[in-house]
Amino acid sequence: MPYPPYMEESIRKLEASRQRRMKEEIPLISSDERDIIVRKYHPDYRETGKRKLLLGPNKDETMPEELANQLEGNSRVDPDKVDLSKIGYDVDVLIIGSGGAGLSAALLAQENGAKVLIATKLRLGDSNTIGAEGGTQAADRPNDSPVLHYLDTMGGGHFENVPELVWAMARDAPMAIKWLEDLGVNWDKETDGSMRELELAGECRRRVHSCKDYTGLEVMRVLRDEVRCRDNIDYIEFEPAIELIMDDEGQVAGAILVNLETNELSLVRAKAVIVATGGLGRLHTQGFPTTNHYGATADGLAMAYRVGCSLIYGDSIQYHPTGAVYPLQFVGILITENVRALGGQIINIDGEQVACNLEPRDILASFEIRECTERHKGITTPAGNVGVWEDIPLIDMIHGEGTIARRLPSLVHKFSRFNIDLIHEPVLVYPTLHYQNGGVRMDANSATEVPGLWVPGEVGGGVHGRNRLGGNATLDIYVFGRRAGREATRYAKEVKLGKLTLNHVRQWQKELEWLGIVKERPFSPMLLPNYARQPSDYLADLYTEKLQSGLVKLA
Amino acid sequence: MAEAEVAEKVRMLDIYIMEKHYQVPEGLTIQTALEYCGYRLIRGCGCRGGSCGACATVYNFTHDPTLRYGLACQTAVELDMCVVQIPCFPTAKPIYDIKKLRPTVDQVLGIYPDLATCFGCNNCTQSCPQDIEVMDFMSAALRGDFPAVTAESFECVMCGMCAARCPQGLSPYNIAMLIRRLHGRYLLPKSKHLEEKVKEIEEGKYDAEYEKLRSTPMEELRHIYDERWIEPK
Ligand SMILES: Cc1cc2nc3c(=O)[nH]c(=O)nc-3n(C[C@H](O)[C@H](O)[C@H](O)COP(=O)(O)OP(=O)(O)OC[C@H]3O[C@@H](n4cnc5c(N)ncnc54)[C@H](O)[C@@H]3O)c2cc1C
Repeated sequence: MPYPPYMEESIRKLEASRQRRMKEEIPLISSDERDIIVRKYHPDYRETGKRKLLLGPNKDETMPEELANQLEGNSRVDPDKVDLSKIGYDVDVLIIGSGGAGLSAALLAQENGAKVLIATKLRLGDSNTIGAEGGTQAADRPNDSPVLHYLDTMGGGHFENVPELVWAMARDAPMAIKWLEDLGVNWDKETDGSMRELELAGECRRRVHSCKDYTGLEVMRVLRDEVRCRDNIDYIEFEPAIELIMDDEGQVAGAILVNLETNELSLVRAKAVIVATGGLGRLHTQGFPTTNHYGATADGLAMAYRVGCSLIYGDSIQYHPTGAVYPLQFVGILITENVRALGGQIINIDGEQVACNLEPRDILASFEIRECTERHKGITTPAGNVGVWEDIPLIDMIHGEGTIARRLPSLVHKFSRFNIDLIHEPVLVYPTLHYQNGGVRMDANSATEVPGLWVPGEVGGGVHGRNRLGGNATLDIYVFGRRAGREATRYAKEVKLGKLTLNHVRQWQKELEWLGIVKERPFSPMLLPNYARQPSDYLADLYTEKLQSGLVKLA
Repeated sequence: MAEAEVAEKVRMLDIYIMEKHYQVPEGLTIQTALEYCGYRLIRGCGCRGGSCGACATVYNFTHDPTLRYGLACQTAVELDMCVVQIPCFPTAKPIYDIKKLRPTVDQVLGIYPDLATCFGCNNCTQSCPQDIEVMDFMSAALRGDFPAVTAESFECVMCGMCAARCPQGLSPYNIAMLIRRLHGRYLLPKSKHLEEKVKEIEEGKYDAEYEKLRSTPMEELRHIYDERWIEPK
């Protein structure tokens, strides 16, 4: 599906302005100007699609409606029907989720002497991590330092980040990269072994480590292989956790799992539990399509909330400025930020730059939304979606022919399947739901407010403030995954578990009843979105509704 | 809008899912077509973006029996397509300690002795949804050319199709996995600046500077941030 003629027309304008734009430098806006544009255009600041929580630790705080429903959901288990004496697995450390955070935690827990069980929703390693393309930050070049990394991260997060968490991440970063190198990750390097690093938006040094544009895949393959090679780590696939188990001392002491294919429940007793369930893209907040994997449904947030953990910045969502808009089959998928780092500019229908291509994500997303709504300078696809161009061919003009093919093979390959040649043609982009900036409140070892529970990775919050910089999420998961694995094991060696109980679930259901909202709330955690067309769905939905709703069914 | 009206605008395609006939609108992937037909996926669906290999699918056409292989999330449905997903295929996964290995062919053959039985039928290459020259990297493996194996297998999503089609029961994707790890750990030159930075951090070189920033008032911190030097590209 090459571009239809009317879109080609706009591409001609973009080509005509290329020579001029190569020299055109649009300055970055100041941190004060940032606050203004974000408040006006960023989806987080829309008034619709949100509501106040009625119960739980964050009662009275406003959250996206879809998340609020999950947090206030009904338990999937009836505590009176679960026999807590029938323990299926008895382990030191239970890890829920098998993305980068979960597997890093598993390896460190095992190394420190724990017997580990990983329970995961899909296959081992199916996660957001595996889709990461751009790379991972770490200040390891001579002109860089963890302090600069700290400063960039704080600024990117509008200085609302929890400083101790940011420092933990920036400080451990080079160690995490080294750890992965030793496990056999093929980082992009020069022939002398020095890392080939990119500077993503909001970063004052080149600091992003990549493995072509398959960074998450490469790391995930290695972590998964290593987990499979180790004694004392078991894993169960297609068996997500649906509720945490506590003991009568108020400690988290295990989880209930469900076999997705047979619906059979099994109980895990664990001295320590690490919830590493990742993000919430599949909730489609504000009706956006998403880059996230199929299982990114906020399960960990819902389970942790029910045992009394509070969220920090639960209302803050990252809409990545470069989600694909065309062809229809690719709506919402990610165009890696490396494209911008390599010089790809964001261009409107007339061939003009929309903003500096190195603005942080929330800022650029806000500019794009302004361009496509208020200014009407977007390009509309035949399916009715709007976007602006990302000028990829410019990269070869800046860095020399062959750069795109060498640095962005995954992207070029994906679009070539649909007869779009990204070496010579731009790609149409619009913000897409990418990342949960906030999450469960935690300390610098990922420990929550509730004993026995750790939350490394995207499920945890505070590190990124209200906006995450590119390359900091995959760093976050290795750093905090490793810390959590180590700490949970130390704790597991000392803790004495009491009698197992599901009283927190009973209490929760009572509160829902008291509020009279049992029937209005869904069961949670969601586990998987339901994209299967129901008999009542009209074909019309696919083509007539706007991005805001219709495409959710496709993404 | 009534269904009939829309149907005039949107071309409907006949497809066959596990030999059962359905009609779906043009413009879907195999994955969204399955969902359009009412399937609620559990297996055979992962990142939905072409990176994880969960949705390997075999397909052909009513008029052309030649088998093709694709990722369901990356392949457009076409008229008269017959699709079957293969979400899982049994293979043996040997256990090893990467820290104790050497990057040699002997070492790889020790772990995967059957590698030597590859007779170059090329089924693996033909079955790769990522268009990887699988057979080429298998012969590179036997030659001990590990950089070539790494480069050629780099787009591997480990979907298992090559193993499913190998008449010798080999598992090319697992073999490449081992070799890529050997390459990353032993053959790529180590990064000196990384090692130096790790050492500096462990010695606490940056702690004082951080403490200072930590206690800087917010207004000043914002100023330091706005004024910081940004390395040119
Ligand atoms: C397409 C894409 C590209 C990205 N690119 C980059 C990048 O270049 N750089 C960067 O820094 N960041 C990037 N990110 C963000 C980053 O990849 C993620 O934030 C990060 O990998 C999250 O890791 P995680 O381990 O916390 O969660 P995930 O990797 O999502 O893992 C969560 C795991 O938990 C499992 N799970 C969920 N619910 C349950 C349950 N109830 N029971 C059991 N298991 C469960 C999931 O199946 C999965 O295995 C990208 C994200 C996406 C989606």
